[in-house]
Amino acid sequence: MKVGGASRVLLIEDDPAVREGLELALSRHGHRVRAVESGEEGLERLRAELPDVVVLDLMLPGMDGFEVCRRIRAAREVPIIMLTARGDDMDVVAGLEAGADDYVVKPVQPRVLEARIRAVLRRIGRDQAEVERHGDLTIDRASLVVTKNGEPVSLAPTELRLLLELSGTPGRVHSRQQLLESVWEHGYFGDSRLVDACVQRLRAKIEDDSAAPVYVQTVRGFGYRFGPV
Amino acid sequence: MSRLGLRARLLFAFALLCVVTAVAVSGVMYVHARNSILQRAQDAAVEATRGRLEALFPLRTATPGPADLAEIARAMSAEGGSALAFYQGMRSLDEEQPGPLRPPRVPPPDPGMISPELRPPVAAGETAWQRVVWRGEPVLVIGAPLMIAEPGGWVRMSGIEVYTVHSLVPEERSIHVLAVWAWLTGGAALVFAVVLALVATRGVLRPVHELGRAARALGEGDLRARVPVRGTDELADVARTFNDTAAELERHVEQLRAMEADARRFVADVSHELRTPLAALAAVADVLEEEAAELPEHAGRAARLVSQETLNLTGLVNDLIEISRFDSGVATLALNDVDVAELVRATLRTRGWTEKVETELPPGVTARLDPRRVDVILANLVGNALRHGDPPVVVRLAAGEDRVTVEVRDHGPGVDETALPHVFDRFYKASAARARSEGSGLGLAIARENARLHAGDLTVVNAPDGGAVFTLRLPRRAPEPDGGAA
Repeated sequence: MKVGGASRVLLIEDDPAVREGLELALSRHGHRVRAVESGEEGLERLRAELPDVVVLDLMLPGMDGFEVCRRIRAAREVPIIMLTARGDDMDVVAGLEAGADDYVVKPVQPRVLEARIRAVLRRIGRDQAEVERHGDLTIDRASLVVTKNGEPVSLAPTELRLLLELSGTPGRVHSRQQLLESVWEHGYFGDSRLVDACVQRLRAKIEDDSAAPVYVQTVRGFGYRFGPV
Repeated sequence: MSRLGLRARLLFAFALLCVVTAVAVSGVMYVHARNSILQRAQDAAVEATRGRLEALFPLRTATPGPADLAEIARAMSAEGGSALAFYQGMRSLDEEQPGPLRPPRVPPPDPGMISPELRPPVAAGETAWQRVVWRGEPVLVIGAPLMIAEPGGWVRMSGIEVYTVHSLVPEERSIHVLAVWAWLTGGAALVFAVVLALVATRGVLRPVHELGRAARALGEGDLRARVPVRGTDELADVARTFNDTAAELERHVEQLRAMEADARRFVADVSHELRTPLAALAAVADVLEEEAAELPEHAGRAARLVSQETLNLTGLVNDLIEISRFDSGVATLALNDVDVAELVRATLRTRGWTEKVETELPPGVTARLDPRRVDVILANLVGNALRHGDPPVVVRLAAGEDRVTVEVRDHGPGVDETALPHVFDRFYKASAARARSEGSGLGLAIARENARLHAGDLTVVNAPDGGAVFTLRLPRRAPEPDGGAA
């Protein structure tokens, strides 16, 4: 994760005009952009470039965006922002399930995309040096390492931020709106499905049984709460 | 209503016809039969009286006393009647008549039976009769003068009047039986006529009923509604015509629907196709905007124009895509429990309107709805009010048992009355002169679709004291989309 300065953005977009336009706009905002036209090429570049963030078009020829998303997730915990060409609800849900951290609807305004990139890259505060224990889970806020039964858990940046946000005040209920503002830096009217999808992914990684969560609990009608364990 | 009316009219006509016929036939027959029965009884009685009178001659005295009169009366009442005799104010006495001779049915003679009209003709020498009802029984009273035959063939009045009384009870009974039969026959005919009318009306009304039901179904949108065609009468013709018309209508509507679906799909496709080039344009519009200040004057203005119009075009295409998603039914709600007052405040805050708008937002009003969509509605209403109305713009929240109401009102001239029914139409412009840049023309249409997706509604009226009032009504629990949110 890049702290300040230029961040490396991997842009996977098949339409040459859109690709060039976004490359231009993101470069002007100080990012180092590597633009590729297919998912296969993107996966290749992922290993070579070690980008800080991936901007991924869902409608791709060949391997589709969802599959690319899953493969990127399997390889690295890099933040993924998807571009949904249709603003289609099904696409959004499928993309979030495939592991995307956030999404932007096309035609995208560069400043909106830029804000989302900044949000996913935002440095996570390391002010608390304590290692917290919650049942089988330990959260080291200094090194940003989470372990379960002593084994390190690999969390994507957004998942980590969500976990840190929730576990910072165990037992307190966070509404989806609050989480969208604090973790995703969306406004009040962000898409609450972002939170739900991220909670699902987080549970799959830290809970013994995702269907009966202990750490990240749903408070029906209000939002989510960490513990009490 | 008209169905009942037709049935009632037919029934009434049948019944009337039957009653008139029955009354005419039985009435005429009754009157004739009654007259002939009475006439015959009367003739027989008069004949008998005459015969007995002749048998009385010769009289023993020309100036009889009461005993003689009683004698005469007794002779006259020999059979089938009782009798009274008068002579110059004297009369025969009842008690002198022997009981057994008088038939039991005949009432005892009484001067009261003899009406004043009967006496003068009898006194004048004529035989006269009259039917009267005496103490509830019909009787025939026959009056005759007693004549004295002079030698030489002359007759003269003896001054004695004899009245015989005959009972008409048997005749009355026959007539009564006749009347009963007339009534019975008439009644049976009436019942028969009513049954016949019911059968006939059912035969006529069933097709009419079916036709009515099919027409209603057709009106309610069931274009497959048809009626069975029976027989070859006029009603069958009507049914056939109805079926043909319905089939034609169905064909036209299907055609129109197909055309409309095509048109909508076309709009959706065009919008999607526009999206990709627009994405490229939008990506560089910011660059142009930021560089505009550095460019030579003309190029700079051109750059700003391109940038601004790209933004507008993006808005239009986004709105088109949004509305085509409503049309194709793929729009769904992402429901969340929210504090409605907070939602309104957030809408105003994120657009920098907090200072420009007065609010009445009671705390603690929660509802389960899609905050993004409600934000779209509110932003549109408040944006419109700020653009077209005069300040103050007021947003008022009210909570009911199962609804929340948000009212957005301005204090401008209000919406033109002719435009009022159309403000939610797509691309409707209140005036031809309205500037294009004020919006896509889809804003209010999308707002209403969003409200309806929540099973709510959005309406507009002009306030009596000026200004337009948009009222958004939403259920406190919007219907869950399939799958439901956790």
